Amino acid sequence: MSRFNSTEIAMALQAKTNHRRIQALGLVAVAISLAGCHTDMWRQPKTQPLDASEFYVDGQVSRPLVPGTIARDHLREDEPYFTGAANAKWVDTIPHTVDKEFLKRGQERFNIYCTPCHGRLGDGKGMIATRGYQLRRPVASYHNDRLRNMPVGYFYDVITNGYGAMYSYASRVEPEDRWAIVAYIRALQLSQHANPSDADGKALASAELTPSPTSALRDERVVTR
Amino acid sequence: MAQIFKPSANSITQVGLLSVAIGVPTLWLGIAGLSRSPANTKVQVPKNQPVPFSHQHHTWELGIDCRYCHTSVEKSSYAGLPATETCMSCHSQIWTNSPLLEPIRQSYETGMPIQWNLVNKVPDFVHFNHSIHVDRGINCNTCHGAVNQMHITYKGNSFQMAWCLQCHRAPERYLYKDDSASGKGLTPRQQVFNVYWKLQEFGPANLNDQEKDLVRGDYNGAQPWEQDKIAAGKKLVSEYGVKVQQLADCSVCHY
Repeated sequence: MSRFNSTEIAMALQAKTNHRRIQALGLVAVAISLAGCHTDMWRQPKTQPLDASEFYVDGQVSRPLVPGTIARDHLREDEPYFTGAANAKWVDTIPHTVDKEFLKRGQERFNIYCTPCHGRLGDGKGMIATRGYQLRRPVASYHNDRLRNMPVGYFYDVITNGYGAMYSYASRVEPEDRWAIVAYIRALQLSQHANPSDADGKALASAELTPSPTSALRDERVVTR
Repeated sequence: MAQIFKPSANSITQVGLLSVAIGVPTLWLGIAGLSRSPANTKVQVPKNQPVPFSHQHHTWELGIDCRYCHTSVEKSSYAGLPATETCMSCHSQIWTNSPLLEPIRQSYETGMPIQWNLVNKVPDFVHFNHSIHVDRGINCNTCHGAVNQMHITYKGNSFQMAWCLQCHRAPERYLYKDDSASGKGLTPRQQVFNVYWKLQEFGPANLNDQEKDLVRGDYNGAQPWEQDKIAAGKKLVSEYGVKVQQLADCSVCHY
């Protein structure tokens, strides 16, 4: 004989079903709230510069120009301006207005891209040159007759296409900035080859270009560090 | 009928209530703390890279300008990572047989880019633009921490929204001017990079308060009691044309 009557068994079964329902509801609630934790807005199915690609062979999403095409505004018809040469000769005037702004821009760009090797004075004693460039020919100094007499187009060409161990800087320095750097190189050549008689005291006092630290100072600092 | 509550129910209730009162805030604070901790944000956690590139060596010891490699930082939303060609500009001559640089040489020969591991990222629904920040005189280290001291690059700040808003709600706290002789006549953009040159040439002792904090990597802007700095910052905000009214609008970053 059972110790429970039928009503009690029915109630127990009912309680069990209720318990299951609550569990199921709880699971649904957890599932719904977890569904809120999605990351598809954080990482959207789009590509951004420098992303990796599984589609292209070279693994990059950024594509090089299709051969034979020209990007908008990149038609380079002005040969002297974009190559530094005309009729197979280096141009000897800078195809841009050279004013103080332009020289300052050139100084800034020169200090970024050229000083590691050529030094702030253009004497070829930059940090990289003094720290380990083991070349048969040392880094060029601009302060010799060969380069002082070289047309400006030559410097532009070297920045664009590289020379000797120097790589091309075309991808890093834009054409206008290259000419600005050329202008500043000329200024450096003048400043490092000047006699006190070339400038009156007044002009010297009002010179506003940031004074370049001397190589001697810099070399000393390398040693003491 | 048996009693529903035994005497022990009192204790159970008290302990229960107490543990809810302590447990809920603890859990809440714990989650909040954890989400702000380096475990989640990865701040100051160096990230392994295919080549152990040291910013400390290249920028501080050698004095190479940020823009030598990050060429597009002044004109694009992306600062830009250097092409392998940029590495090879020097490393075709220096450390040419270092095994650490083998991936660089391989990349240069095969044309397959090096896959650096991303250190700083924001979600795709945030539009960050480097050029405007640089143009308004926000120093690299303000956001990236003391990059000039990093051997293996790590994240300098959390880049969580609350962090962005500290400056977007009060830009005057973070703007400052370089009043020294070498900062004279510089645009805010030039001033950004001038700090590193000054650090190189004159050493940390010759930097001003803000610059010292920047190159140490603990720049938190002007504090409420530094009213003179805030006043100076307010002047710069109007001088630089920072549109304070809309700087904290949702659509400034989320569009």
